[in-house]
Amino acid sequence: MANFKLVVNGKSCEVDVVSDTPLLWVLRDALGLTGTKYGCGLGLCGACTVHLDGQAVRSCQTPVSSIRAQQITTIEGLGKGGLHPVQKAWVAEQVPQCGYCQSGQIMQAVSLLRDKPHPTLDEINVGMAGNICRCGTYQRIRRAILRAAAEQTE
Amino acid sequence: MRLSTAIGRRQFIKASAELAGALVLGFYLPGNAEAGSSASVAEKFKPNAWLVIAPDDQITVFAEKPELGQGSRTYIPMMIAEELEADWSKIRVEQAPTIPSIYNGLRTGGSGGVVNSFDPMRRAGAQAREMLRTAAAEVWSVNRSDCHAHNGSVVHVPTQRRLTYGELAGTAAKLPPLGLDHVALKPVQDFQIIGTSVPRTDTPSKVDGSAKFGLDVRLPGMLYAVIARCPYFGGSLQAFDASAAKQIPGVKAIFGVPPLPRKFNTAGGIAIVADSSWRAIQARKQLKIRWNKGTRSETSEVLRQSLERATRGNASYVAVDRGNALDVLAKATTKLEATYESPFQAHATMEPMNTTVHVREEQIEVWSPTQFADEVQREIAHLSGLAADQVIVHMTLSGGSFGRRYQWDYAAEAWQVAKQVKAPVQLLWTREDDMQHDFYRPYNFQHLSAALDPEGKPVAWSTRVVTTPIAETNVYTGYDESPHALNDPAIVASLESYGADVAPYDISNFRLDYAPVMSPVPRSWWRSVSSSYTPFAKESFVDELAHFVGRDPLQFRLDLLASTSPDAARVRNVLHVAAEAAGWGQALPSRRGRGIASLAGDSCNAQVVEVSVDDDGTVHVLRVTSAVDCGLTINPDGVRAMTEGGINFALTAVLTGQITIKNSRVEQSNFHDYPVLRINESPEINVHIVRSSESPSGVGELGAKLVPPAVANAIFAATGVRIRRLPIEAALLRKVQS
Repeated sequence: MANFKLVVNGKSCEVDVVSDTPLLWVLRDALGLTGTKYGCGLGLCGACTVHLDGQAVRSCQTPVSSIRAQQITTIEGLGKGGLHPVQKAWVAEQVPQCGYCQSGQIMQAVSLLRDKPHPTLDEINVGMAGNICRCGTYQRIRRAILRAAAEQTE
Repeated sequence: MRLSTAIGRRQFIKASAELAGALVLGFYLPGNAEAGSSASVAEKFKPNAWLVIAPDDQITVFAEKPELGQGSRTYIPMMIAEELEADWSKIRVEQAPTIPSIYNGLRTGGSGGVVNSFDPMRRAGAQAREMLRTAAAEVWSVNRSDCHAHNGSVVHVPTQRRLTYGELAGTAAKLPPLGLDHVALKPVQDFQIIGTSVPRTDTPSKVDGSAKFGLDVRLPGMLYAVIARCPYFGGSLQAFDASAAKQIPGVKAIFGVPPLPRKFNTAGGIAIVADSSWRAIQARKQLKIRWNKGTRSETSEVLRQSLERATRGNASYVAVDRGNALDVLAKATTKLEATYESPFQAHATMEPMNTTVHVREEQIEVWSPTQFADEVQREIAHLSGLAADQVIVHMTLSGGSFGRRYQWDYAAEAWQVAKQVKAPVQLLWTREDDMQHDFYRPYNFQHLSAALDPEGKPVAWSTRVVTTPIAETNVYTGYDESPHALNDPAIVASLESYGADVAPYDISNFRLDYAPVMSPVPRSWWRSVSSSYTPFAKESFVDELAHFVGRDPLQFRLDLLASTSPDAARVRNVLHVAAEAAGWGQALPSRRGRGIASLAGDSCNAQVVEVSVDDDGTVHVLRVTSAVDCGLTINPDGVRAMTEGGINFALTAVLTGQITIKNSRVEQSNFHDYPVLRINESPEINVHIVRSSESPSGVGELGAKLVPPAVANAIFAATGVRIRRLPIEAALLRKVQS
């Protein structure tokens, strides 16, 4: 067991966990931030995607001991007092069905749009290929990302 | 092709819903219904089990149907609000609690949610509306017929006086209840909410991380558990050594969990309870376990041979025998035969199975992502020896289901663990657990034969369906409590071969029979059940016949659907719509092709799929055009979403997914070896909803049914290679160098 100081959604916190604990379980079990989901535990599905300094990472593959001073952002902290434009686009396109994968999809999409503010359909397909949705909302995810990109420009 | 003969889920659920709809009034609502409101109970208006109107105009709707992603928390309040003439912005939705004397339909399946809710939910809304009108007439001492309900208020038309539903709640609550069966329902043409694309009520919570699924249950002092299950179907635990696992800090308890019998079909194993999910998972890796492999060795290859053999052996039951198909086939000069194969499939819901249970003295509380809460309640009551009302089941949101959560194995396991621990315990299934201990879609073979007359018209058709029947590893609680039903070959055959009947195609001699092949691999419902494979054979074979006689596959179908039956007319209609929207008949580049398929049922569907096939055999599904006739449409965008989802779900089974068995255990374990459809492989999908005067019918499964034949037919058009086994083997499609 060891103490780790983390900055999650702009707030400093301390957790007492074993050092190999993936960030996913620190967020969910120690901090009660359950918006980040467990899907596969192997970095294959993207349901656990969070941001480290704005970059999308798979929290199930990120041991808590590997985190230095980075800012951790989860779905709960994405909007900063309101919905993020990507979340708004998700609502406008009525993307979620069961919704379980959507936290990870949205975190991945925000990261994608940071790198490529005007992605082509191909770039969306490549950038989002690591995130599985079993409900099959892919077409609406594509539309929502295009919408968010367009609305960022306006 | 309506399910009129079988003891279908639809009928059973319909009957339950009708019972629920006929409830007497004046019951006591549970405490959680009062949460979030400062108003006293007396001022609220509770006309029936489905809604409460508070003095502040808030309307709480209690939805029995679970929310699995299909939109129940939107279409149920839509039905109520329509008749209630409610202000939509005042409606919030709660999951109805497990109180068997009030709610006995806490489940959904068989695309039955809309069908079974449509009448009772509208009646619930209409009853409240009529009582509110009476209340207003009383308050104003005016003629009731002058009081009109509109947008959350009652208006006295001659004087334009107005009282909101909240203002009338106290008066309405004192009125004698109005019989649900006698309230007048609005004519369809007056609908203002039903038929519109009302945004889903659960979307906001599903984009900000606040939606609570089963795994998100967090309780004070709760512990986390995993089970090391026997990986061998039919195997058992021989011995285990937990000394290393016990050394891991945070591990609270390790103990054996016995397997539960067929009604649950749990594997049994060793439970590890710890202070976090991660430590439970880590400790499990330290267990040293010896398993007995069991006596029934199972391997996909051997099973495959048995299934194939059974396409030629005796049938256990003849499900349909119209005309004289066998004689006509025996004497036919022009005959075609083909055999189709579809393997086991996993549900692989994004949220793996899990349940949280707190066992107290004389009470058990359960939080479960289930699509069958009242059965979870019954079964845990039965296992524990408590009365049903001592078991409270909170039906959480489910991260997908697709039929998987119609089982209660994981909830029963969680109870087995929790009863040994004096704290709430969350049982987590890892992805590997979920993949290897699913209830799989049955493995199946279908052998079809048809005789053609000199004009190229099929005059006789026979279909043999062979499956590993669901009945062997699953109790049909949803169908019939009687264990005899499980052994009734008629019921088994009708469930396993549903969708194989060629009607409304006009083929005068038709025979459908069935043969089972037994297997210890657990099976259950998988999105669209037998219709996930019967249309693959039937609609591929129609395509084969069309090409055999040199006809266009669309025209060939239309000719077979020339009868005046209503089903034939509906299918012709969707075929025309899909074909026209997809540009059927227009030229395509080489190694591209279009395939078409259609089906009749409560909901009718036609699909056109366009594929391209690379030289190395890789198939790309480029676009899918789907024409849907689901009767009266409740929420068009919801129908489109469900259809898109069904198509993408089925594409996994067509392109990449299969569960294989070796040494009596599942070979796959996670998304690397059970690859599912990803966004870069997902097609453009266009859904066209046709106007229909039929009553509403379900669409949760519809989109999935025609994907296998439509893709296979498109591949044939692109390459000349006929796909008869799924998932598609690229090797078959590699370009033959001339």
